[in-house]
Amino acid sequence: MASVTSVGEVAAGAGAAEAPGAVAPGRSDRWYPARRALEAAIAPLGALLVAAALFSVFLLALGKSPVEFSMVIWRGAFGSLFSLQNTLARAAPLLLTALCVAVPAQLGLVVIGGEGALVLGGLAATCAGLAASSLPPSLALLAMALAGTAAGAAWIGLTGVLRVWRGINETVASLVLAYVAIALFNHLVEGPLRDPASLNKPSTYAIPDKDILGPLPGTDLHPGLLVGVAACILCWVLISRTTLGFAARIAGGNLRAARLQGLPVGALMIGACALGGAFAGLAGMIEVAAIHQRANASLIAGYGYAGILIAFLARQNPLAIMPMAILVGGIGAAGGLLQRRLGLPDATVLVLQGFVFVSVLASETFFGRVAWFQPRAAGGR
Amino acid sequence: MDALSTVLVAMVAGAIRVSTPFLFVSIGECLTETGGRINLGNEGALVLGAMAAYACAYQTGNPWLGVLAGAAAGAALGAIHGAACALPRVNDVAMGIAVMLAGTGIAFFFGKPYVQPSAPHLPTLPLGLWSASPQVRSALEVSPLFFLGLLAALAMWWALRATRAGLRLRIVGDNADAARALGLPINWTRFLATAIGSGLAGIGGAFLSLSYPGSWNEGLSSGQGLMAVALVVFARWNPLWCIVAALIFGAAGALGPSLQTVGVTWGYYLFYAAPYVATLLILVATVRPGRALRGMPGELSIAR
Repeated sequence: MASVTSVGEVAAGAGAAEAPGAVAPGRSDRWYPARRALEAAIAPLGALLVAAALFSVFLLALGKSPVEFSMVIWRGAFGSLFSLQNTLARAAPLLLTALCVAVPAQLGLVVIGGEGALVLGGLAATCAGLAASSLPPSLALLAMALAGTAAGAAWIGLTGVLRVWRGINETVASLVLAYVAIALFNHLVEGPLRDPASLNKPSTYAIPDKDILGPLPGTDLHPGLLVGVAACILCWVLISRTTLGFAARIAGGNLRAARLQGLPVGALMIGACALGGAFAGLAGMIEVAAIHQRANASLIAGYGYAGILIAFLARQNPLAIMPMAILVGGIGAAGGLLQRRLGLPDATVLVLQGFVFVSVLASETFFGRVAWFQPRAAGGR
Repeated sequence: MDALSTVLVAMVAGAIRVSTPFLFVSIGECLTETGGRINLGNEGALVLGAMAAYACAYQTGNPWLGVLAGAAAGAALGAIHGAACALPRVNDVAMGIAVMLAGTGIAFFFGKPYVQPSAPHLPTLPLGLWSASPQVRSALEVSPLFFLGLLAALAMWWALRATRAGLRLRIVGDNADAARALGLPINWTRFLATAIGSGLAGIGGAFLSLSYPGSWNEGLSSGQGLMAVALVVFARWNPLWCIVAALIFGAAGALGPSLQTVGVTWGYYLFYAAPYVATLLILVATVRPGRALRGMPGELSIAR
């Protein structure tokens, strides 16, 4: 099996496939890319409005004012420096777990096991941090990051291997593997790796204070945010500006055509899964290094599942993941203020997120339906 | 010998208790998937069903009304998933996770006032009266819902293979083109299968809150709804095998706690994960590239 690094081979295949791909929009249709971008913006925004309207009805039925509610949400999510930082801190792991879905999705794979990769990445990073505690902080953090990404890459990569080697559906495999990962995590954290001093909440030993990933210099900003944004941009470049990404998208669009072009489809699939898993594992490492300092049940917070939805809301576009993660993080960040100001339970934000997710995912159905947004071929098709 | 029998009794009791919600969720998921759609939202239906059942039982004083409320709440959530997935191009895997989060959110939202009060439990059938041992007696206090689940699985197995509705559902799930050629209402059939499947998941939730563990709190479900997908794969889309799968997964979950009763605390979570590893191994052993698992409905998005 060819390795993922055989760029030359991929480039040759990609170059050959470029010619038929370029015919789709007619030459006269100069504005098609702009209209397509508009479609991609209007559909989710419209869905957000629908979700807001439905949620307003829900609030009115409960006797609460939607106007007051939205003002509190705004203040709790973006209104002050503190709430903005809270929002961004919540968005940071979501950027990376969403990439765990969006990268394999370029090949048409639906991977939903990011939670497992995040949890194991956090655990591996903690172990590396404990083992490397005698090293200077920068090296220790590097070791943690490497261990986290390696664990995540191996776990989701295994999903890819099962898919390529045995044809096992990656959705089922990654879901099952996520449960195995969480069981493994619980076993290790409550057994061999447990710090006997952690009574109520079984945890590993804490990494030394010197190795904590502090806020970005000069601010209180979550350091994971920078990593997440960099990863999103990196993935966008990789997917849309390199031959490797192009080859992946060919395989996602038409598997048989990609095989006929001689693209190493299997290696691409495993590589995309491993890359996505590496990001989820890195999210686990950052959660440990920047927040929890040790691996315990706090890592199993559902970031993996929220990441799936964010990737779908962003229609698997790494750049669109950023606003979507901030939107979802912002709604989550407003929970505390809602409870204090309006006396609503903190689960209110979950309900609102549910409305938003269902509505935006359903809006997918409008893509390609409105003729005005579609490419107009010169001769008509 | 004594330790062994203690473990066995605790395990049988645990397996029956733990497997009941698994049974309901997995036959519900099996029904939905037979129609060609996957519903990860059953986790939400389970939690929402648990909350609705508990709230209704508390308000009315009748736990059986609670079970009905749980089924209705689950079915309502399933209807959202069914309706949304009927729209073209909507991804059922992602929508299922969205419905799961929405369902748990709604359950936590409305369930907050019911965390403290205690609702009447479902009665149990004392099947252990023949035994003098109090352990065996308490172990064989089986919930009637368990037998209801067995009946439902049997009925579904029969209905899928011997009734007109079952055949239609299988056609819709196996080949949408054939169903279209026969003039079958594909979306409506799948909608019904999704709503009824989620209703069954809601009954599973009612068992959690009204029988075992028998209270309502936000950590009630340990993901049984999502795991149902693995159980259905394990059961090869056969409701009868869903019973076996539920018992095996339930027994694996019960093995750790029952070993704890005799002082073995090691490997609690590993036993729990064993059926998932077994599911994967079954997949590895039986699936080949280009050949789907036997019994898998052809229209399923995970059949690719």
